[in-house]
Amino acid sequence: MIKIKELYKTYKTKKHEFPALKNINLSIKRGDIFGVIGFSGAGKSTLVRCLNRLEEPDSGYIEIDGVPITELNDKGLQEARKKIGMVFQQFNLFDSKTVYGNVAFPLVAAKKSESFIRHRVEEVLGFVGLADKSGSYPAQLSGGQKQRVGIARALVNDPDVLLCDEATSALDPQTTYSILELLKEINERLDLTIVIITHELDVLQHACRNMAVMEDGEIVETGPVEKLLLQPESNTSRQFVKILEHYDRRRQEVEGGLGI
Amino acid sequence: MNSDLGSLLWGGLLETLYMVFWAALFAIAIGMVLGVSIVVTDKGHIYESPKIHKVLGTLINSVRSLPFIILVVILIPVARLILGSTLGPTPAILSLSIGAAPFLGRIIENALKEVDIGKIEAAQSVGASKWTIIFRVMLPEAFPALIRGITIGLIGIVEFTAIAGAIGAGGLGSLAIRYGYQRFREDILISTVLLIIVLVQVIQFTGDRMARSVDKRRNQLG
Repeated sequence: MIKIKELYKTYKTKKHEFPALKNINLSIKRGDIFGVIGFSGAGKSTLVRCLNRLEEPDSGYIEIDGVPITELNDKGLQEARKKIGMVFQQFNLFDSKTVYGNVAFPLVAAKKSESFIRHRVEEVLGFVGLADKSGSYPAQLSGGQKQRVGIARALVNDPDVLLCDEATSALDPQTTYSILELLKEINERLDLTIVIITHELDVLQHACRNMAVMEDGEIVETGPVEKLLLQPESNTSRQFVKILEHYDRRRQEVEGGLGI
Repeated sequence: MNSDLGSLLWGGLLETLYMVFWAALFAIAIGMVLGVSIVVTDKGHIYESPKIHKVLGTLINSVRSLPFIILVVILIPVARLILGSTLGPTPAILSLSIGAAPFLGRIIENALKEVDIGKIEAAQSVGASKWTIIFRVMLPEAFPALIRGITIGLIGIVEFTAIAGAIGAGGLGSLAIRYGYQRFREDILISTVLLIIVLVQVIQFTGDRMARSVDKRRNQLG
């Protein structure tokens, strides 16, 4: 479904060079919920932004659903992007448009007919549980509702892939949980391949089946999520697991202290 | 005497409004093109082009660094060439438009720069074209800021018309100079000043009201 070969990306300023991606090789199966985890600056966000070329890689090859993303011109890229939805950490909704207008935007941009747009937007809003918020503006919504609008906007083109760039990092734990449940439901019902970028092991554990661990611009570990928990190999994953164990120990201590 | 003053002021006000209207129309149109172009050619934007960005910036700065009265003098031969005359409100519209366009260009640039790049990326990520991004994302998202900015621009144009009045453009500024200053008619001087103040207040008030009513980022209940 998604194939990445020898992908490189270096950020250059006049004085510094920062290699964000170093020889990334990865393939993600159709229908998977794939998590990319790493600490800040590991390059995971750059990686996912290269998949729809919001970020231009320096070299390497990306293929999504048979389409050679890295070889497309502007027009071809525009077409390909319609099949690759993206959800953002800061939601990136249009403040001047209603919920309806936000979700309709990709279809309006694609010059679809008005009756088709109305039908499709209502369908997608129903799916994310916001049928009654159609006329509201983003400023009137909670964080979780905003992200549901963001997801609806990403789904309205009926994409094959959904990229989630820290989609739950700005949300509280309970809202995070409900958004992850929604993503799982989307994965099952719409047969969508989902890529989740996160720095939270919780998110990975809750939603993803397979994962890649990133460290300093490189993928240091891949496999099923359980493997990371049971046999962490890389430094990063050992640290993540340590944090998790720390919380578990603390919880037991607190519970013990309270006599529960 | 009173009706004489009244008709003088009324005529002056109409001329001023006529000049402000047309100058604003042209200046906003040119300013939009300048403002949008300079933003989208900036680094990391949809039509990134450091060369065009630099040329536009320099052009705007050059015109803006000229005092308006000097610009009017420079443009006198141009007005004669295009319009066959250099006196009266219509030729003044030329200098007013050219003088105010770079100012509006900067104002519009600032309004558009406030649109978060994340929103533009969101539009790109669903396959929107660059023109769709300009017209359906950047301009609507910046709309309240654009109205606030254009209000400032309009007030600037009112000021400019008063200055242009000093060299034969007509309008309230011209009345103030010809009667108030040169013929010691204080009543006319004061009345024109009051009219200009009222005009500026009306523009500011209307601009604020409009900006608030189109701003969907807050004060939206139900």
